[in-house]
Order: sequence, then C-alpha cells, then structure tokens
Amino acid sequence: MAVLDEAPPWLGFAARRLGGVLLVLTALVVITFAIVQLMPGDPARVAAGANATPDQITRMRHDLGLDRSVPAQFVDYVGNLLHGDLGRSFHTQENVADIVADRLPYTAELALLGIVVILVVAIPLGMLVAVLCQNGRRRRLDGAFTFVTGFVGSTPEYVLGTLLVYVVGIKLGWLPVAGAATVDALVLPVVAISLGPVCTIARIVRRETAVVLGQDYFRTARGRRLPARRLYLRHALPNLLTSTLTLAGLLLAGLLGGTVIAESVFAWPGLGTRVVEAITQRDLPVVQGVVLVLGSLACLINLLIDVVLGLLDPRTLSGKAAGS
Amino acid sequence: MTATRVRKRARPNAMLVTGLVGLTALFVLAVVAPWIWGDRADELGPSVHLGSSGEHWLGTDALGRDLFARTLVATRLTLELAALATAIASIAGTVLGTLIWVSGPRVRAVGLRVVDVMISYPAVILALTIAAILDPGPKACVIAIGVAGCPSFARLTANLAASVAGRDFVATARLLGVPSLRLMRRHILPNIAEPLLVLVSVSFAHSLMALSGLSFLGLGVQLPDYDWGQLLSTGLQSLYTNPAEAVGPAVAIVLAGLSAGFVGDGLAARAASTSGNSAAVKPGSRKASASAPVATGTDHSVPDDAVLVVSDLRVRRPDGTALVDGVTFHIGAAEIVGVVGESGSGKSLTAMAAARLLPGGLRAEAHALELRNPGAEPLALAAPGRDGAAVRRRLATEIGIVYQDPSASFNPALRLGGQLTETLRVHLGVSRREARERAVEQLEFVRIVDPEARLRAYPHELSGGMRQRAMIASALLTRPRLIIADEPTTALDVTVQAEVLALLRAANRRDGTAMLFISHDIGVVTDLCDRVLVMYAGRLVEELTAAELRDGHARHPYTKALLAATPRLEPDGEADGKLDAETGDGLLAAIPGRPPQPDERPAGCAFADRCAAVLPVCRDTPPPVRVLAPGRTVACHLPETGAPVPVQAGPKAGRHDAAVEAVG
Repeated sequence: MAVLDEAPPWLGFAARRLGGVLLVLTALVVITFAIVQLMPGDPARVAAGANATPDQITRMRHDLGLDRSVPAQFVDYVGNLLHGDLGRSFHTQENVADIVADRLPYTAELALLGIVVILVVAIPLGMLVAVLCQNGRRRRLDGAFTFVTGFVGSTPEYVLGTLLVYVVGIKLGWLPVAGAATVDALVLPVVAISLGPVCTIARIVRRETAVVLGQDYFRTARGRRLPARRLYLRHALPNLLTSTLTLAGLLLAGLLGGTVIAESVFAWPGLGTRVVEAITQRDLPVVQGVVLVLGSLACLINLLIDVVLGLLDPRTLSGKAAGS
Repeated sequence: MTATRVRKRARPNAMLVTGLVGLTALFVLAVVAPWIWGDRADELGPSVHLGSSGEHWLGTDALGRDLFARTLVATRLTLELAALATAIASIAGTVLGTLIWVSGPRVRAVGLRVVDVMISYPAVILALTIAAILDPGPKACVIAIGVAGCPSFARLTANLAASVAGRDFVATARLLGVPSLRLMRRHILPNIAEPLLVLVSVSFAHSLMALSGLSFLGLGVQLPDYDWGQLLSTGLQSLYTNPAEAVGPAVAIVLAGLSAGFVGDGLAARAASTSGNSAAVKPGSRKASASAPVATGTDHSVPDDAVLVVSDLRVRRPDGTALVDGVTFHIGAAEIVGVVGESGSGKSLTAMAAARLLPGGLRAEAHALELRNPGAEPLALAAPGRDGAAVRRRLATEIGIVYQDPSASFNPALRLGGQLTETLRVHLGVSRREARERAVEQLEFVRIVDPEARLRAYPHELSGGMRQRAMIASALLTRPRLIIADEPTTALDVTVQAEVLALLRAANRRDGTAMLFISHDIGVVTDLCDRVLVMYAGRLVEELTAAELRDGHARHPYTKALLAATPRLEPDGEADGKLDAETGDGLLAAIPGRPPQPDERPAGCAFADRCAAVLPVCRDTPPPVRVLAPGRTVACHLPETGAPVPVQAGPKAGRHDAAVEAVG
C-alpha cells in the first residue's frame, strides 16, 4: 500500500536472490564434501584399488588428507575449490576439473537448447489453446489437447528417448541415435528431454491464460478494444508468464536431472553419463565435482528465472511476503 | 435448486475415476502377479532374444525368460519402492512444513526460503548424490527420491496453512488462544487435506518415474532383482534385435505415471469445482423460463439528443435463460441515469451489455441497443460477430468505463501511464508525449497529486481511492460521449466514495458527458443522478426522476422497500431522519427473502414472494408497465393511486400468506 519506496526495489531483490545463491552454493560445497565423509567404508581403500596393500592404503589416506581432522579437511577442500582444484579421479588419475571442462559444454548445450525449445513451443501453444477454447468453445480441441499433453507429459524422458531411438533412429534411420559427433545428433536428445516439459508447461500456460482472460484487468483491456495481438501479448502474456514461470521454473531446473538420465539413452558425452559411471565405480572425486557443477548450473537457471520474473512483475521485486 | 447442485457436485469426474481404476488395477497386479507369473518370469528358456510371438507376447530376454511375465512381476517392486519414497516425502515434508509454520514468523520466513531453494534443486541430482554416498541400490534411491520430494510437501503445507490461517475462523480460534499446534491439527490440516492428497498422487507418479529412471541408469534396483526401469534399460540395449523387449516396461511406466497423474488432476479438478463457484456463468440445467410478454405500448419517447438508446434488451446465458429480460430506457445528452437494484437484478449486465463487454458466453439481443452520435451513424452495441477496426475505435473512444473494483481493474504488470494512454495511442494515433500530457491533465482533474510520478508507478503503488480516480481519468481521456460506471464506489470506503461521486458529477458538468451509473445503493443514486431506473430480477420495475424519488413519490413496493432499507443522513424525513442502525427499532427495514434465481423466475411478478402488498393477480400475471408520464413508469399491479404500501419491517416469517390475507 505504501507510496514509492525510497530505495530502488531491485536492490532488495538482488540482495535476496544473491543470498539464495550463496546459500545453495554453500550447501552444495558442504554436501559434496560430505560425500566422502559419509560414505560407508574407507575412501582410501576405494581410492587405492582392490588389490592395494595396507601400506599403500595408508599412503593413499595421507595423500588424500583423510588422516587429518574433518575441519582441516574441509578447509583444504574449500581452499582447493577456490583454486579451481577439484581433485583427481581415483580411477583414471585425471584432473576432475579437466573432466568437467571436457563434459560440461555437452550437458549445457543440451539443457539450454531444451529450455529454449520448451519456452518457444509451450507458451504459444498453451495460449493458443486457451484463447481458442475460451468460454467453453471448441470442446473437442480442448479435450484432445488435455489428453495428449497429459499422456506425453507424464512419459519420462528415458522412455521417450528409447521410443525416439527406435522409431526415428532405427526404423526410419533419419537421425543418429548415439554420440555427439554431428549437429543432427542433438535433435533426438533435445526432443527427448523437452517434449515432456513442453506438454506439462503448455498445460500450465493454458490454465493460467484462462485465469488471466477472466480477470477484471483483462476486461478493462478488452474495454479499450485493442487489437487481438496487443490484447494477448501485452495484457495477458506478462501476467500469465509470471504465474507460469513460477510453476514451470521448477521443471526447467529439473530439466538438468532429465538431461542426466537422457544422456545415458543417447550415449551423450556429457556430465550425466560421466557421473553415472563414476558412481558405479565409486570414483568419489568425480562424483563430487560433477554434482557441484550440476548443482551450480541448476542454481544459475533458477536465478535466471527469478530475474525474468522480477522484470515481468514489479510486485515480485518488492517481495511477495508483504502481501497480507 | 440445492438438490440439483449437490447432484452436480457429486457427479463422478471421469479423470479421477480413470486414474483410480488404473491405480487399483496396478495395485491388484502388484499383489497377484508374483504369485501367478513369478515362476514363469524366472524360468530360463532355450530360446533367447526371441521376438514377440504367441507364446511370448513380448519375446524373451538374454536368458530366455518371458518378458511379459517379468514386466507383470516387476509391478510389485516398482510400486513398493515408489510408495515408500512417497511416504517418506509426504510424512517428512508435512511434518517439516508444520514445524516451519508453527514456529515464529522469523523462523517461518527463513524456513520457507530454504524450502524454496531446496525445491528448485533437481531431484535427480540430489538422488545421484545420495546414491553416491550410500551404495547404489534401491535403498539409496528410495531415500534419495523421498528426501528430494520432501520440500514440495513442506512448502505446500506451510503455504496452505498460511492461507487457511488468514481466514476468519482461524483468526477467531487464535484470538481464543488455541495453541499453534492444535490449531494446525484441528482447524488447518482438515482444510488443506485435499491439496495435500493431490500432491501425494502427483508425488507418487514422480517417484515412480524417478526411481525407474535411476534403475534405468543402473543405480537403482540391482540384478537379480528387477523393476520396470531395470527392464527398460536391458530393453534399450537389445533395441536392434528385439524392440518388443522395451515395450512392456515402457508402457507400464507410462500407464502407472498417467494413472497417478489422473488421480491428482481429477482431485484437483473436483476441488476447484466445489470451491470455485464464482458468480460468472453457471451452466444452468433448466431451459429458459418462458419469456414474459413485454408490456408493449411503452411510450418511450426517445429525445433526439439521446446518447444511449436501449429498447427491449435481453441478456441470455448459453442455455437461453434471460438474465436481463426486456429492459428499455435511454440516456439523454449530459444526463446521468442511475440503475439501482440488489445483486442479481441484472443491473451490471445491463451496463456491460451497453458497453458491449459482456462476459464470455452471454449474449445480448435487443430491439435497439445503440450509441448515438450527431456526427455519425448510430453504433449498434448488440450486433453479433466481430467488430472491425472502425467500430472498435468508436467503442473505445466514445464510451468510457469505470469498473467496480479499482484494485483488480488495472493490469498489475504494466505501469499506469501505459494503461491510461493506451486508447489514445492505439485508436487515435496520439504521440506518446501528447498522450502523456493529456493523461497528466486528466489526473490533475481527478485531483491526483504529482501526476507525472503516478504515470510511472505500477497500480499496486497507489491507494484504492487513487486507483479509482485514475480509472475515472482513464475513462475521461478520450472525451467520451457516455461514461458507464459499474458500481464504481462499492469497493471504496465512505469518504473516498464521496470524492469519487463528486468527480463523476464534475466530469458530467465539465464535458457534458452522459452517464450510466450502476449502484446497489439507492441513496447514492438519488444523490448523483437525474433519473433512476429500479431493476428487479432482470426487469425494470420503476423509472422516475431523482427528484421524485427524493420527494417520496416512489410507487413500486420494491423501490419503497429499497428506500426503507437505506439509512439516510439528511434530516429531511421525519421518521427516518436520524436513525442509527444499531438500535434499529424497525426504522431500517431489511427486505425479507431473496430475489429468485434467473431460471426460477415465476410467471407473474418476480417480487410477489417478497412483496408486502401482494395481490392474487401478481402471482400469475406479469405486471404491465404503466407509463405515468414520459420517463415515469412503474410495473406493478397495485393501483398506483392506492394507499401507501406498508413496508415490512425486519425479516418476518410467513410472508406470502400473511401478506395476501392482509391485502385481500
């Protein structure tokens, strides 16, 4: 209710979001550090290999710093992180930072393309259906939309991926089904990870659009007899994007998880396939590094969504908690 | 009516039923499949990697085991794991949410932030982390997925608790000193059970897919155990040789996820349909009551300078029920005409029909419904179909609309300036600068200080009264011929109300703008308007000048009842001079009963049931509209010269019969 605040509202907004990011990053560092501490059994034994002598294990324990106190280890861990040192793989002795640098572009490529595809397809689709079906018109289209999106939306990416590999890759032979050697190899993985979220988000958009179309302010806009494009794009889109992105933000961040799984379907050389390999081999430094990077990536996506939300809806800037 | 409504609510919802049937089938399968097909699923066969055949529907795997049987048997383990993970998520999450909510406001704020952050972290990555800490296997995965699902439950519980806690009964309980935890258990949890149940089914679907996904990656269920995800991953490897191998688990995963999702969606839809009975368009079950014959011969001499002409206007629902039923009036140049009536009388719909802005699904038909302008063709407001650009321009610029709720009628995402100047810019091609100048001018007229700054503000940065004044400024910007104000003061407090009325009057004087003013408050209407139309149950029951109304010349029992139900502050009456609502003493007379629903309007006078002076003829014959003088009509059977009709005081029982006796 207040009149304009003295401090620019985005300052508080930025401070809150930055606080959130720091919180997540701290939590990530603690959790990844804990991976080694919490694992049952002796990490040094795992690191030294199955055939290691007790001497070798002791030396390994010393090399890894595991013989020191936990706080000292944590300080070391954080210090190394700050220097960009993520440790070495137990198995290949590779530098984990190098592994990440090697694999990250593939995963990021997949996830970002997926997000773009999702937003570009789902938002217009949902709006279109909502506008076409408003006031109970075109019930059949509405029903078909609900059914198809419900069906595909609840099909996990690894099932979709398997299906795509079979139909498009094997039966039709149109696109490569594995690896990342060529550009067209991107198509199937991107479709596999984005198809489900496209459907789910299109449904959300459809519902949110219907809500906006029934709002008083939308009636006001109708009362100005604006051309359809202006009416829907200027008066409906920002409002439905706010609520849609709030809901869909989770899906978009969750897309990273889907990417990790889908990579296995398509033998995609990203972080996902590498971390699965590392987990089965109990290659802890690699797991730590990849989890840290994936987590930060998720955090980044969330931050981006928050910023977009802040730009779209001035009320989120001043903090929703203030409202009654 | 109530009976039909109850039946409508209880009607099973197809989605929910489908989902429940699917889940039940899966559950039964999970119980019986290992007994029936268990042996067959583990039986090694001579023929490996067999394609689909009559004997082996989905073929056989690398060890010659029947894949159809294996898929069925895997149901148990898959569902068990998903149910376990869901249980962990829902129980731990709800407890966490409750704890967050019952702890003090500061902890609550921090707790909710942390939960928000946790939610935004992808469950699969968390699961990978936990799987890495524990040994890969079903236990690690169930814990991981359960923990990952926890924050959603915590947030839902805390948010719902907060929203329920805002309601009156909880506030009352809190005032009475009910402790937080008990408040949660007794008053809040029962009220939020439904959304929680929705989340449980959604969460079950997610858990099932995530767990299958982890098994698919080889991190979940380990051989010799198998679940659908594990079967699918071996299926993927033999996709070239036996594509049928992947079909079973793929279909199973999708069906299970879909069923659980359907249950969630169905529950949510049911919740929405029982709670969301908004006043919008309710699908009526009955056919339209026979439209009453309009009293014809209404001599509505429409003056040449009329701005709005409405003749025999009907607004119908899709099922044909008339919500506004044969309304005729006009508004002359610079005239302020008020429409007054209870909610449901059709006054706002009349206004929205005149604005050509009826809510979707409703349609207007009229003998004439037009906006007149000396310099142009009359603009038909009830024409079906889409409007061309020229018509839209005239509608936008010749009619200004002031809406009821100023806090909801501005777009929250756009700055005020853009919204105010939009009509000028879009329809009249006015430059941005000039449009702003004109907006500033109008904002000054409605006495908004520092108008330049307000144009840069968002609607939520203004007070309610300021928003309504800005709305009036917005309506005045194009210098419209007609302003339609739909209960513009209802959402405002009394002092602001007076300001808004003064502004409307000032605008009327300054520009000579005609005005259609809708209100349920006959006092306000009498103050502001030149002429007053009284509506009841979709029809006009009386039309008279404000002066006549002020001088006590109202004839229709309904108008009199409205007057008697309105406190008047001017000490001009004798009995109703200075009354106070608290002592009451029969001075403020509430009108007993309620107006009939649109689809239940009687054949006779719709007010008959509530009328103190009802005659037998009122019940079956619609009252004729009697024209007493130009612009002076009344629709009533009572002889207008009759004795003053007594108005019932207070909600007395036995209204019809007693009343009939009293009169007859």
